[in-house]
Amino acid sequence: MAATREIRDRLKALATGRLEGRSGRAYWRSLEELAAEPAFHDQLLDEFPSLEPVLGSRSRRDVLRIMGASLGLAGLAGCDFGPPQEKALPYVRAPEFEVPGDPEYYATAALLGGYALPVLAETHVGRPVKVEGNPEHPVSRGATDLFAQAAVLDLYDPDRSGATTRLAQISTFDAFQIDLIGRARELEGRRGSGLALLTGAVTSPTTLRLIERARERLPELRWFVHEPVGNARRHEAARLAFGRILDLHPRLDRAEVTLCLEADPLGPGPAQVPNARAWVDQRRAKMAHGELPKLYVLESTPSLTGAKASEALPAAPAEIHNATLALAQHLGIGGIEAPELPLHLRAKVLEIALALERSGEAALVMPGAHLDPQLQALVFRINQQLGGLNRTLVATLPVEARPEVGENSLPALAGAIRTGEVDTLLILDSNPVYTAPADLDIGDLLQTVPFRVHVGAYQDETAALCPWHVPLAHPFETWSDGRAVDGTASVIQPLVRPVRGGRSMHEVLATLAGEPQAEPYEMVRATWRRVLRGRDFEPAWRQVLHDGFAEGTAAETQSVEARPVEAPPPKKPGAIEAVVRPDPSVWDGRFATNAWLQELPKPFTKLTWDNVVAVSPAFAVEHRLDNGDLVDLSAGVRRVRAPVWILPGQAERTLTLHLGYGRGRFGGVGSDLGYDAYRLRTTDELWVIEGMIVQAADASMPLASTQEHHSMLGHHLVREIGIGELAAGRSVVPKEHHRPTLYPEWDYETYAWAMTIDLDACIGCNACVVACQAENNVPVVGKEEVLLGREMHWLRVDRYYSGEASQPHVHFQPIPCMHCEKAPCEMGCPVNATVHGPEGLNQMIYNRCVGTRTCASYCPYKVRRFNFHDYTADEPPTLVARRNPDLTVRARGVMEKCTYCVQRISAARIEAKKEGRRIRDGEVVTACQQVCPTRAIVFGDQSDPDSMVARAKASPRDYALLAELNLRPRTSYLAEVSERPAGDHRLEGEVREF
Amino acid sequence: MATVHPESLTAPSVDYRSVTRDVAAVPLAFPSPRAWWIGFGISCVGVLIFLVSAFWLFYRGVGIWGINNPDFWGLAISNYVWWIGMGHAGTLISALLLLINKGWRNSLNRFAEAMTVFAVIQAGMYPILHLGRPWLFYWLIPYPNTMTVWPQFKSPLEWDVFAVGTYLIVSVLFWYVGLIPDLAGVRDRAKRRVWQVFFGLLALGWRNSAIHWQRWQVCYWILAGLALPLVISVHSGVAMLFAGGLEPGWHTTIYPPYFVLGAVFEGFAVVLLISITLRHAFRLHHLVTDRHLDMLAKLLLAFGLMTAYGYLFEGFGAWYSGDLYERQTLQDRLSGDYAWAYWGAIALNFVVLQACWFRAVRRSAAALLAIGAAVTVGMWLERFMLVTTALYRDFLPSSYQAYVPTFWEWSLFLGTIGVFFFLFFLFVRLLPMISMFEIKEVLQEEARGGHRAAPS
Repeated sequence: MAATREIRDRLKALATGRLEGRSGRAYWRSLEELAAEPAFHDQLLDEFPSLEPVLGSRSRRDVLRIMGASLGLAGLAGCDFGPPQEKALPYVRAPEFEVPGDPEYYATAALLGGYALPVLAETHVGRPVKVEGNPEHPVSRGATDLFAQAAVLDLYDPDRSGATTRLAQISTFDAFQIDLIGRARELEGRRGSGLALLTGAVTSPTTLRLIERARERLPELRWFVHEPVGNARRHEAARLAFGRILDLHPRLDRAEVTLCLEADPLGPGPAQVPNARAWVDQRRAKMAHGELPKLYVLESTPSLTGAKASEALPAAPAEIHNATLALAQHLGIGGIEAPELPLHLRAKVLEIALALERSGEAALVMPGAHLDPQLQALVFRINQQLGGLNRTLVATLPVEARPEVGENSLPALAGAIRTGEVDTLLILDSNPVYTAPADLDIGDLLQTVPFRVHVGAYQDETAALCPWHVPLAHPFETWSDGRAVDGTASVIQPLVRPVRGGRSMHEVLATLAGEPQAEPYEMVRATWRRVLRGRDFEPAWRQVLHDGFAEGTAAETQSVEARPVEAPPPKKPGAIEAVVRPDPSVWDGRFATNAWLQELPKPFTKLTWDNVVAVSPAFAVEHRLDNGDLVDLSAGVRRVRAPVWILPGQAERTLTLHLGYGRGRFGGVGSDLGYDAYRLRTTDELWVIEGMIVQAADASMPLASTQEHHSMLGHHLVREIGIGELAAGRSVVPKEHHRPTLYPEWDYETYAWAMTIDLDACIGCNACVVACQAENNVPVVGKEEVLLGREMHWLRVDRYYSGEASQPHVHFQPIPCMHCEKAPCEMGCPVNATVHGPEGLNQMIYNRCVGTRTCASYCPYKVRRFNFHDYTADEPPTLVARRNPDLTVRARGVMEKCTYCVQRISAARIEAKKEGRRIRDGEVVTACQQVCPTRAIVFGDQSDPDSMVARAKASPRDYALLAELNLRPRTSYLAEVSERPAGDHRLEGEVREF
Repeated sequence: MATVHPESLTAPSVDYRSVTRDVAAVPLAFPSPRAWWIGFGISCVGVLIFLVSAFWLFYRGVGIWGINNPDFWGLAISNYVWWIGMGHAGTLISALLLLINKGWRNSLNRFAEAMTVFAVIQAGMYPILHLGRPWLFYWLIPYPNTMTVWPQFKSPLEWDVFAVGTYLIVSVLFWYVGLIPDLAGVRDRAKRRVWQVFFGLLALGWRNSAIHWQRWQVCYWILAGLALPLVISVHSGVAMLFAGGLEPGWHTTIYPPYFVLGAVFEGFAVVLLISITLRHAFRLHHLVTDRHLDMLAKLLLAFGLMTAYGYLFEGFGAWYSGDLYERQTLQDRLSGDYAWAYWGAIALNFVVLQACWFRAVRRSAAALLAIGAAVTVGMWLERFMLVTTALYRDFLPSSYQAYVPTFWEWSLFLGTIGVFFFLFFLFVRLLPMISMFEIKEVLQEEARGGHRAAPS
């Protein structure tokens, strides 16, 4: 134990040295505290990292004891994994009411950009497996977006940070707390001045309460907010127009004529689910009366809203800016300089203005959340002018605890650091080094802050520059809370103990506030005593845990009046502009390690594993660019090399850059993918970069798109019916009379499962694809395999274009297995591995499959997926725990495909049999159906004429895909409904192949 | 010197003794060991390539190939069809011409049958190699089992299993039964003990007695009668594997005859290649004469034209059906990613073949060698084209995706060629490659017909 003696000796020496250097009285409790000299500390920890927690407070005997014990207990590491209530599996005596094989559901919430999406999480013997939307919640109504579906994979992500680190050496949370307590004590002396917090958008009442607690102790604490894809400009605009920060919610369920100016209410984001539901409700209600709501979209780059618009007009950002001014002028808003506008847009603006005026109170004009705040404020004025403000566009108090505006934004923090006002910085769940605008040089600035801590889920770019890194627990691992976009507060329950040993953000904040021992559970409860004020706490708390949210906590609606604001000057269009958008799959980069999202084909490009620079077909022709060609983008001194992708519907001289990629080495999944668009952004040009210079790099790279062909080639795959025809009682196709077949008819004695997919309601959001992947253990295959055409998604969303490539109509068509009555696959299989079930399901018997692939060759829909490699065996071992135990995991050489979620049918059948009844309509809900925000998918027993699916199939819009093959698919489609009368619009219009 | 009629099938110098001497000498006192060893050595390398490719395939799975969704089959299946097609001419020449009493076949039938057997072996391996889980291949065979699961008898693939299996068995039997009298002949001439035992065992105690001959004849003719319909049914079955699916470009009634004719056409081309090569290598010009080549070339031309009719009618059918998908596939064949395969097949199978209208070409070994090679390659292109163009773009444009074979698919194909030659080299080394007794029959017939002097 020479080393220990040496430590002791050095401690003595140091302590003596310190005392000698002091004048006046110095208080100290131990030699160790006295010896708190960083250099020595570091040296010591280099040698004995496990000593970290005990250093500073224990005796030599303790050190020895702990060193011995840590050796002995090393084998127990990794045992800390299981359900939260201290249960260990397998049970000696099983707890009552827990039936292995029966899932349990807990109400909790998934987070995106700080906002909670309430979900019910399915756990199997303590392992979270799948999330579903919370059907009681006004925002979710049973649906979720794709990010919430993928959240459960993050939980098991082996790339998540698993240890507190100090200077890249493994440390402990206790050691961190000790260090932070010391620092806080020091700060207390100067009332917290020099202390700054940086968070993402926060809606959590507990986080807010803890920060307030910390502020009581450290009043000069400064709190900065940085959300890369947040509402900063929207809030700024509200402040301009209404004098205070407010949230603005479009009410698409009330709007009859809507104009979106770069706004994408149906696109990905925290409000996608409620917006999509409102949109479809309104559309269906109008359709019942033989009308359709009008939706105009002016956009520089295709959006999901544009895809569903009555008319989507591609226009450059400057043109949209000017068109907004022109619209305001038309509507009689004064003080606007006449903008320059191309003729066709001028005419279109006039037409839209008239339509909006006619609609009056039911008109809605939505500005994009990232538009110039002045312009957005003008749009609020336009809404007021039309009469829709407070009706179709509703203001509420902000949901975010601290809305991000100029004075608490990242640039403000950068300024404070630069002027030396910050010497202690806690970065909580934010990654500014990666996501900050390039001109802030935040990485260099950070390193001038002496004490900096990063609390985050990953060892990311920011963690690399912070001496302390604390792993952040996943929302499903710890107690927390949050608010949905409407403000309704939810408690976030843990489903499992931290898989990777993460810590709650609350623990860090509590340490700062002087309560290092506080448990997240107690902290959240303490907050909710306030939220549930006036109610008997325990029953109310239990009710909240059960429901997943507290009723009546939505943000208060504010009746507002838009003040006249100075209109921004018109812009001069013409230069090449680049617009910046979050990636539809990995958002701002936070999902970069999520393999489901990386392999999810993006709605328009159908690309996986990469981001691209989207260019218009005309631009590609002009610059002789093809898909995958690399270009050098430069804006000022900033340069990035990126592959291009030709995107129909893109504004002609506008490029689209997607965030979230180009992170270099970032875990097993997220490494070396795409380019980093953040490097081109500046504080002033966050969302539109003007004067971009594009130079072909004379090189190209392979891009893995799952769809290489974009036109229907004259086939009627996606059908359309005019609203007029529909109102007149016509059908999209003549009602089907079965054509003769040589095969004998099947006898169905029990159920006849069937599905309809409403193409009119489908917004192409991809939530169903991820839900299917999660439910059915669909493996991820990687970019190389996708390039070969071996993606495994059981449900895919086909995307077709029709009309002009410069301004195409976009059609989304989800394709699951069709479960044909006369299935060619069943005929082809030589070993009876795919057979017709007694309820009409086309069943796949994995363990009988020998892999001849005849079934897949024969399938006209190509929905069958083959395990060319042992994809599931290649998955990281941690992901095995995520798998749905109700399903087989398929091995190499076996065919698989959509089963209509047969495991859910079986579960319902068991329940029904126990109760001696038939399965009720709506009792079986497929994963894709359950998640769909627009309720486009209906599933059920078509032999029951009253079932929802039978009624859907009776719709005049119902048609079968490739009906001419006479396979009688069980899955059928409801045609899109258009405003154009029949014959006016030809779907078979060819689009040039790119 | 005996006078020989111009219609005689063998050279004038041929008599009973010389036939036996020339043919039996090959296994007993091999005439060109150096060339053989070189060829055999190369084919051994091919076998090695096959073994490595198959090992890697079994180890890693079919994912090492370039197949994907929608091109689930690729080279494995087109090579299977190509190999099994090659196996057709041997049986057809041998059995059909035996049944209709065309004596000229007797110089060709032995190695044509050997070719059949070896080609069918390659073909038979492919469906097993291409399985996702090849170790379960026996599930394709109907056998009573504890799972009480039977194969699915509606599947064309299942019937392929039966057809190929039966064809292999019948071909081997037919070939072997035909070999027995000659094996006995070689046995009787063998001087070394090892050859005496080897051929003695293979000859199954053949003593050349009249009753042997009588029973042998019945057996041989029955086998011929069995083999002939098999030629039709096997390749019709293979065609049904495609026609049974709904894929545009596959789903046509013309497929079975189209495939059978193409197969026989390809088989004749390979028989031509082999007979020209063998007669050159072993100087058997007196047994395989220019007239044999002429006959083969005529048959090649006839079957080639029938195959061309298939091409024509396939295109016409697609156009005439008015079906957009069929037309699309036709257009893809003519001008799509794999148009090279289509036009290559047309050029090599049809254009080149037209030279066979000329007698001089039909009697020129060099020219026929070139034509035979062209057709062999052309038929490969055709099989590849038929399998791939239907799959890579079928119904939904969203599924369109091209297929590029990988190294391991090519190496496996090369390996099967190696195995084929390996077996063939062993055959020419060890067995009488030309039917001695049947040539003697011809000599006898011709003598009786007055076409030549009675041989001694």
